[in-house]
Amino acid sequence: MNPVETERGHSLWSDAWHRLRRNRLAIAGGILLIALAIACAAGPIFSQSYEEQNLDLGAAPPSQAHWLGTDTLGRDLFARILYGGRISITVGLVATFVALAIGVTYGAVAGFVGGKVDSVMMRVVDILYALPFAIFVILLMVFFGRNIFLLFFAIGAVEWLTMARIVRGQVMSIKKMEFIEAARALGLGRRRIIFRHLIPNVLGPVIVYTTLTIPAVMLLEAFLSFLGLGVQAPMSSWGVLIKDGSEKMEEFWWLLVFPGTLFSLTLFSLNFLGDGLRDALDVRASKD
Amino acid sequence: MIRFVAQRLLQTVPVVWVIVTATFFMIRFVPGGPFTAERAVAPEIMRNLEAHYGLNKPLYVQYLDYCGKVLRGDLGPSFKYPTRSVNEIIAEKLPVSVELGLISLAVALGVGLPLGVVAAVKRNTWIDYLCSSFAMVGICIPTFVMGPLMILVFAIHFGWFNASGWYGPMDRVLPSLTLGMVYAAYVARLTRGGMLEVLSQDYIRTARAKGASDARVILKHALRGGLTPVVSFLGPAIAGIVTGSFVIETIFQIPGIGREFVNSAFNRDYTLVLGTVVLYAAFIIGMNLVVDVVQVWLNPKLKFE
Repeated sequence: MNPVETERGHSLWSDAWHRLRRNRLAIAGGILLIALAIACAAGPIFSQSYEEQNLDLGAAPPSQAHWLGTDTLGRDLFARILYGGRISITVGLVATFVALAIGVTYGAVAGFVGGKVDSVMMRVVDILYALPFAIFVILLMVFFGRNIFLLFFAIGAVEWLTMARIVRGQVMSIKKMEFIEAARALGLGRRRIIFRHLIPNVLGPVIVYTTLTIPAVMLLEAFLSFLGLGVQAPMSSWGVLIKDGSEKMEEFWWLLVFPGTLFSLTLFSLNFLGDGLRDALDVRASKD
Repeated sequence: MIRFVAQRLLQTVPVVWVIVTATFFMIRFVPGGPFTAERAVAPEIMRNLEAHYGLNKPLYVQYLDYCGKVLRGDLGPSFKYPTRSVNEIIAEKLPVSVELGLISLAVALGVGLPLGVVAAVKRNTWIDYLCSSFAMVGICIPTFVMGPLMILVFAIHFGWFNASGWYGPMDRVLPSLTLGMVYAAYVARLTRGGMLEVLSQDYIRTARAKGASDARVILKHALRGGLTPVVSFLGPAIAGIVTGSFVIETIFQIPGIGREFVNSAFNRDYTLVLGTVVLYAAFIIGMNLVVDVVQVWLNPKLKFE
């Protein structure tokens, strides 16, 4: 995530890092995300069990023993949120990676090959853009069962279109620059040009758009979970917790408010970080 | 322009056909059917049921039958509501969803446009920051968190509204605010960006130099150009409002087509699923076409290809 650690193109990345550091909201978002990721990864090891029930206790409001209260089965909400975070963040990352892989490959091929191939490929993207994809994801999840791998794939397959467009545009403009011509004149092979010269220069917009895709993916996962199509019990995600909470909010407000707040905070952080990176890397990418 | 629209409409036909075909075969290849209930049905009844709905014919015959019917505007009988046709169900539920969608869209534009314009005009002042933070809040609090919170606060705590239902005009307030606010946030952001770009251009300076008032410069000259990003967002926004209505109609228990779609998928009511998918696809593609036309109309630099 930290652009400075990428080894090549020093001046661009260090400039960007300087600009990013001045953006307090983006840095705050980044810190919050790192803290959250560590808490979700390590937390369930130390905290109380997420599935241990205490039926005598039932749903109790926040207290010393249970910081964020317990749910109707007496399970610790804090532990459940940390555990649910694992699933939500995993879905966010893996599905984004699927989208990234499809989108970058597709866009790079279309942009690099150009000509008729490009216009056919982009026409396909245009048509897919117009389709009601959320509807297909819902159908897939209903008909083929609530399988988490299907979830990764289905969400990833929906979110790659914008990435493909961005990468194609970037490749098209870089392809014509002198340093690529120089590389060609030096007799470098196609593969070497693509991997050594094209891809590193497309990286900026891809990083920016990736940080903006993760919240979109997490939102879609939660949306599906809310409709009862996400991961299955006893697994849990933030979307599932929000759904359960909204059903019981009249008596037990904390079951809705805490997961909802944490989920919104995560989306905030990701969006601020994405915006900050975009300004820092000076990328003019579309925001949808 | 007529040629452009006609061409695009022609391109739409194969797309809708692909959607119908893909959905048709997808739902046939999955386990479980509309008549698999907890209570086992006697085999002869099952056979009669299947014969009645034509499910015993070879798959390709069923497919051709269905395509033929769709071309004639008949979406077939519902499997779960035996006495009713899909057309009837859609005719009953669609107006509810359309009303919800239109009010939400009005909220999105009515709140988003002014906020975006004000933020751009008062750039980098506290007014701008206020509007931009509002936009970020709207984008980051999803409808399925916002909706229950709205019910909790305004319906249960203050008792101003009903928590659910769709009877009087007051019942329209919470659902359409919840659904519209997300898009209001995006519209505000895009309007601000578009206006900032336009406001720095020469023709705005010319208009000002000629002594046009601030209001005239902003509303008459700048807004038209500044709206371009908003208009291109409206295509996806309409699709989003449509799918967003699944969640909103579930939360507020509104008898619209969105809730019907989700239920029909769970019930494996094949014809109803197919019917709603066809409807959604045609609608979303049609709206995208309208958006494209409006865009060219707003921005003379673009031409109909």
